Amino acid sequence: MKGFDVTVKDVSRAYGAFKALDNVSIEIKKGEFFSLLGPSGCGKTTLLRIIAGFDSPDVGSVLLDGRNIIPLPPDKRQVNTVFQNYALFPHLSVYENVAFPLRLKHIPETKLDTKVRDYLHLVQLDAHLDKKPSMLSGGQKQRVAIARALINEPNVLLLDEPLSALDAKLRQNLLVELDHLHDQIGITFIYVTHDQSEALSVSDRIAVMNQGVVLQVGSPYEIYESPATDFVARFIGETNLFPAVVTKCEAYDKYFMTTLEIPELQAEIKVTDYDELKQGQQVSFTVRPEKLKITGHKPSRVGKDINLFSGVVEEPIYSGFQTKYYVRLDNGTVVKVQMQHTNYMDEGPDIEWKDQVYVSWSAEDGYIVEVIDK
Amino acid sequence: MMDPRESRGRRLGVTYAAPMGLWLTLFFLVPLLIIVMYSFLKKGLYGGVEWEFTLSAYQQMFNPNFMRVLLRTLWVAFISTVITIFLALPCGYAMARSKHQTLWLGMVIIPFWTNSLIRVYAWIAILSSEGFLNEALKAIGLIKESLPLIYNQGAVVTVLIYMYIPFAILPLFTTIDKFDFGLLEAARDLGATKPQAILKVLIPNIRSGIITAVIFTFIPIFGAYAVPLLVGGKDSYMIGNIIVDQVTKTRNWPLASAFSLIITLLSTLGVVWMMTASARESARSKTAPQVVDANGGVV
Repeated sequence: MKGFDVTVKDVSRAYGAFKALDNVSIEIKKGEFFSLLGPSGCGKTTLLRIIAGFDSPDVGSVLLDGRNIIPLPPDKRQVNTVFQNYALFPHLSVYENVAFPLRLKHIPETKLDTKVRDYLHLVQLDAHLDKKPSMLSGGQKQRVAIARALINEPNVLLLDEPLSALDAKLRQNLLVELDHLHDQIGITFIYVTHDQSEALSVSDRIAVMNQGVVLQVGSPYEIYESPATDFVARFIGETNLFPAVVTKCEAYDKYFMTTLEIPELQAEIKVTDYDELKQGQQVSFTVRPEKLKITGHKPSRVGKDINLFSGVVEEPIYSGFQTKYYVRLDNGTVVKVQMQHTNYMDEGPDIEWKDQVYVSWSAEDGYIVEVIDK
Repeated sequence: MMDPRESRGRRLGVTYAAPMGLWLTLFFLVPLLIIVMYSFLKKGLYGGVEWEFTLSAYQQMFNPNFMRVLLRTLWVAFISTVITIFLALPCGYAMARSKHQTLWLGMVIIPFWTNSLIRVYAWIAILSSEGFLNEALKAIGLIKESLPLIYNQGAVVTVLIYMYIPFAILPLFTTIDKFDFGLLEAARDLGATKPQAILKVLIPNIRSGIITAVIFTFIPIFGAYAVPLLVGGKDSYMIGNIIVDQVTKTRNWPLASAFSLIITLLSTLGVVWMMTASARESARSKTAPQVVDANGGVV
């Protein structure tokens, strides 16, 4: 793996009374595709700007390959940035934009020419060398910005919501290209985004941030499947989330089978968890809509580890590849259920509006998250 | 056969352009033609002209004394413009980045509400030998004798810069205000030092503002008349003063016309040269050939 590892150590940054970053520490590995994910104002861009050198922390340090880079100006850091609005120089052609960093270093003309052409080839812009940025499409502009940021051969590439100005289809394509590019070059990528699907699809690891705090760092799988907090559960994908109290916790296989009392459901449910919890502990319980099963008749397999509720379909939302149902349970609470459409192992007629249904899920599909938000 | 819509569009265009065209013809083109005509006529005894074609005005102009004044005028206009732009650039930059733009704009514009002659007299009060500056310097003991701050070339340049700096600040401010400061961060990110980022990214992108500022300062200073008269010395005469003398004292209207034409001609040439240079500059550096042609065609 090429590139440098990046260590963010106890970084805080406040603007007046607003804490943009509150004691943030993150360790990013060499060559990793690392995402900073969170809603706007969560501090992810501030952190990126601190790593790039456009902002400095009130306290804390940023280590690049073990060396503190906070005292260095942006032009002395082996880090380059792809900006959200591209930040291409409008007075220069595509070629000259990419050549800009090399011209600053007075690289000889022949060497410069080969290199600029190589990097523009890398981002498939060979045909547009002489155009001005204003003549390019959004996707092409972003490719120029990427080539320009990479030509200095940085050890870390920072990407500040690079795809947010593009339309959905193009965003998908460029995302895949970015992933390929990362595999090809092998340097560390730090990717800032508020779009959880972008982060989930390309990252090696993700840090989920909110209100200047890192809530969870983990692989996309870990972040999605076992969110650490309420916020992470709600922010990443859709979920059903309820406050709960632990009533029982006993060893079960390698896990602990935990019984939770959920006031909103007026019921006790079962959930497996890695940790042993104390009786009476306040937690949150979450289960993803796609983990819920919706059936017209009572499911045949109802074991110790299945949670079962009955209710009425209040709102079915058909979106082609799936249908999302809002089901009002008998206890009055609405849950979201997602169902994929297949004819394989068809379980009876289609479920429609106002149908009486059963909602069930396995204890292994639910998660207990700690309560820190309230 | 012309598309009827097109011919209607043309008629409308002519209608819209007519008032402006009439105005420019009456108050710009006709006076200019009169000046051109006068410069080729014989001087009348008590002012005015006699209707006889002659080149004598132009022959008189190549008098070494006049040439010295012309060169001095060019020099004063050049040096004042350069200093004005160098002062106005950081001002415009600071204003564009400030949170209190309206306040600063007001500070730049408010002096215009006072008559310019009064402002020149204010400078006399500041610079004269018993003026504010000399007395202040004496009071704090820096000097014993008054410094010759007024009635010389330095005073002329100082007051000219003061008079015309708002004309440079305003166009610079508007272009810098539209400039995307993120580009400076991008330049720093790519390895440019602060001065390099300003020089290679900011300046090329606000070129149009700089050109406007240069034109707005150089041309009026080139034709300056009151400032050299009021705060200049014997050696501060500029072309503007010569023209006034030729009209009012020497009563040589053809010579005055010839000098006026020279000012107009030199200014116009300067503007055209700057604009072509700028067009060439923007067409330079690896741009597709057809773009160069297009720009060349326009200019």
